[in-house]
Amino acid sequence: MRRTVAALLRKDLTAERRTLESIPAMTLFTVTTFVLFHFGLDRDTLEGDLASGVLWVTLLFAAVLGQNRLFVAEHEQGGFDGFLLAPVDRTALFVAKALALFAFLCVVEVVALPAFAILLLGPGLLDPLPGLILTLLLANAGIATVGTLVAGIAIRTRARDLIGPLLTLPLLVPVILAASEATAPLLAEGGAGGPPARWLAILAIYDLTIGLVAYGVFDFLLED
Amino acid sequence: MLWAPREATQGNIQRIFYLHVPLAIVALGGFVAGGWFGLQHLRTGDRGHDLKSYVAIHMSLIFGVAALITGSIWARGEWGHWWLWDEPTLVSFLIVFLLYATYQPLRFSIEDPERQARYAAVFAVVAGVFVPLNFMAVRTATEKTHPKTLTAGGMPAEVWITFLVGLVAMTLLFVTLWKYEMAAKHTRFEIKRLRRRLTGERGPAAGRSAAPQVTA
Repeated sequence: MRRTVAALLRKDLTAERRTLESIPAMTLFTVTTFVLFHFGLDRDTLEGDLASGVLWVTLLFAAVLGQNRLFVAEHEQGGFDGFLLAPVDRTALFVAKALALFAFLCVVEVVALPAFAILLLGPGLLDPLPGLILTLLLANAGIATVGTLVAGIAIRTRARDLIGPLLTLPLLVPVILAASEATAPLLAEGGAGGPPARWLAILAIYDLTIGLVAYGVFDFLLED
Repeated sequence: MLWAPREATQGNIQRIFYLHVPLAIVALGGFVAGGWFGLQHLRTGDRGHDLKSYVAIHMSLIFGVAALITGSIWARGEWGHWWLWDEPTLVSFLIVFLLYATYQPLRFSIEDPERQARYAAVFAVVAGVFVPLNFMAVRTATEKTHPKTLTAGGMPAEVWITFLVGLVAMTLLFVTLWKYEMAAKHTRFEIKRLRRRLTGERGPAAGRSAAPQVTA
């Protein structure tokens, strides 16, 4: 299982490094969205819950972009068939894809956070950075899990670009809610020390539950 | 509903409570039941379970619309707004409703009936687990302005009895309608099958549908 996951993940990361299909688009999208928010809200700087909400909604939509591309190569170039022919645990594909999406999100955030700090954020980014990174990691795990599961469902439907986001957005409401509540005090002027533990706990519970369910049912999406 | 005492501050509008709360509870129960049948389908591969899951979720969507409308009327009567965001129950119900609203489009966009059934079951299971998870998250998020109608206590016995009668009646209504719909679906498949046999047609029935196709 572990070797299969590692092989699949390496394949995905290599393919992304060579084709640059997802990460540049996602990154560009986040930066453009920050600019849009600047004009949409007509504000030069943001702080507190507004900043936190803008950051999370932007990251969520960027994740949906990445999620839409996640299984396209498998679907169009017969990767699914090849994988099904191999004598390996099918859930490995889910784990590898979720890890790949998680990695994509982390890379995007490495660019998106400084861009956000420069373009929109009023208070400094350095002080709340550890708490912010912790929240980002927990939320990324949830987004990657749901995104991979939904992408697996949506790739075989005719209207996959439509079904994917329609399913993902309601499923991720708790993640966005908890994540933006957790980071709101961090991004406030003279912000508090760490993110509220209650919200991190909710994120962790969500990640765990959805992760287990997705792990359990993903098998059935590949069964033909 | 008429027997129950008139609420002192809200007046007669409060009587919608006996419709609204059972509607919402039964709809959520129906969603979870849909998830349960979906799980059964995944375990056994029996298409009958998929049909049960489909009908349960379909009915719950209709009950959900009714619950949202009655809730909105009640909120308008009581608080003067059609919608309140600081109400965990209302908000989480809306999120759950929006999620399940994609159930039919999802089914409709998968052509192979077997895959349609399996994917819909996966959806039903995930969404069934999501329902309580979502309520937990939203409840933590919002202030407690929503009347904790059931847990706060202080409801007189008449109110409780009327409410429980309403809940039981709504559950029975749901189950009855569900059974009718199941019977109607089975009859329709049977008629289709017989007609095909009469006309001597072979091959799959024409037309695409979001509803499960069970060939007897």
